[in-house]
Amino acid sequence: MPLLELKNVTKTFGGIVAVKDVSFSTESEEIVGLIGPNGAGKTTIFNLITGVYKPTEGNIVFEGQDITGSNPVSIVKGGIARTFQNIRLFNKLSVLENIRTVLYREADYNLGNALIRTPKVTRIEKKLYDKSLEYLEVVGLTDYVNNRADSLPYGLQRKLEIARALALDPKLLLLDEPAAGMNPDECIDLVELIMKIREKYNLTIILIEHHMDVVMELCPRILVINFGEMLMEGTKQEVQNDPRVLRAYLGEEYINA
Amino acid sequence: MDYIYGVMAVICIEIIATVGLSVFTGFTGLFSLGHAAFMAIGAYTSAILTYFYHVPFVLALLAGMVMSGLVSIILGFPTLRAKLRGDYFAIATLGFGEATRVILENLAITQGARGLPGIKHFTTLPVAVIFAVLVVWLTKNFIWSKFGRNAIAVREDAVAAEMAGIDLFKVRMLSLIYSAMCGGLAGGLFAHYLNFIQPAMFTSILSTQLTSAVVAGGMGSITGPVLAIALFIAVPEVLRVANMWRLVAYGLILVLIMIFRPSGIMGYHELSFEWIFNIFKKKTRNKAAGKRRV
Repeated sequence: MPLLELKNVTKTFGGIVAVKDVSFSTESEEIVGLIGPNGAGKTTIFNLITGVYKPTEGNIVFEGQDITGSNPVSIVKGGIARTFQNIRLFNKLSVLENIRTVLYREADYNLGNALIRTPKVTRIEKKLYDKSLEYLEVVGLTDYVNNRADSLPYGLQRKLEIARALALDPKLLLLDEPAAGMNPDECIDLVELIMKIREKYNLTIILIEHHMDVVMELCPRILVINFGEMLMEGTKQEVQNDPRVLRAYLGEEYINA
Repeated sequence: MDYIYGVMAVICIEIIATVGLSVFTGFTGLFSLGHAAFMAIGAYTSAILTYFYHVPFVLALLAGMVMSGLVSIILGFPTLRAKLRGDYFAIATLGFGEATRVILENLAITQGARGLPGIKHFTTLPVAVIFAVLVVWLTKNFIWSKFGRNAIAVREDAVAAEMAGIDLFKVRMLSLIYSAMCGGLAGGLFAHYLNFIQPAMFTSILSTQLTSAVVAGGMGSITGPVLAIALFIAVPEVLRVANMWRLVAYGLILVLIMIFRPSGIMGYHELSFEWIFNIFKKKTRNKAAGKRRV
């Protein structure tokens, strides 16, 4: 059974068709690359999977359950976490609190306890603090625990966002251009991190990325989207050698020239 | 001396309302221009209970808080469910505030625009101080718990918060109820301090004062708004001798804060010894650095 399956998903905004009849599925613990030119509809697909948008047509099935049109919160609880193309952290909170905020779903103290701050609250807060540290250790941010999230350099903000997504304990992780704006060294670092977390948490990952080195390094299977439609699906060799992909990225005239 | 006690009592009462509002506006990031209505509801509920039904003071205060909380659910359910954004929500609260005042002016039990005279004087300065300290303490605990942290997450980035499994409606609703109940408590204390209430006391001017105290004090601080509201009440009182100029001073404070502390007096910090210490440390470090450069 595939972990995630999109069946003929279409999304229109007024007259604009952002995603048209897209179908694909991912197996457990697989890394799938999602590539395509700018504006092809890649992020829209992520938004459809995570419930930000409801599909106009088609179905999305996760672990055998139809999650089409469910609200984002219940989808997250079902086990799908994501990062964002433009980093979205809780800027004014510390690095650690960014993680702990996500872990609060495990905190079972009630409002009364919180208001008078009973020992139970202190104990749970401490427990979640330690747990947050573990996630920060995985991505290598332990030196920045008390820094405010928006004071981190760009690359580290990306890592913090990944750590926050991990703290949601997902089965499926959607990474939206994690390497955007990174230099080659940072890209290598990121590839290692993604390998590591997949191993450690048995994750299935869908990766949107424009850095082809990153995609080719990480993804045995790649989906190519163009103008909202599925252009092709294949191994990295197949994608690299497919004239349609080159045409989509570079345009007709450059291919013939 | 009575006069100074009086000003201090009013400051304490308004601190309660402001701290409550700072949870909603400062920490959850939704602007309200109608929180005076919650003070009015708390004031009238508790005053009617002690005046007509001779209910004990503390119980009446509690009833005022509960009433404000219930009304805030009526306000919050449609507006927060619809995820009204920023200014739209503010306009909804403005309408709510005015509507509440007009209703109070037209009910028989509130005695309309004439108001309720002869309410018993239960709110002495120590009572006001105790409640203010209690509310500040409770609010601090609230903010430093999962409830407050979730609220900050929603303020910082609603989309990311939702994708982190935080239910925006629940978080915003809880903050609204909390702030409304603080407003209700402040209103109840206010009624039993002044011994007289009338709808005209709870206009949008009061709402605006509360909101500007939160903004001027620092959105994301509890102590900042406490300082700001104390300043807003104390300065015009001190300048009473200067007569008409005191309103200018009020405006001047706001302008000065906007220029020198654009994110509020305290910004996102809390006033603590540690914070003051760090400022001095930074100052001396900067001075040393400056000397070296020369």
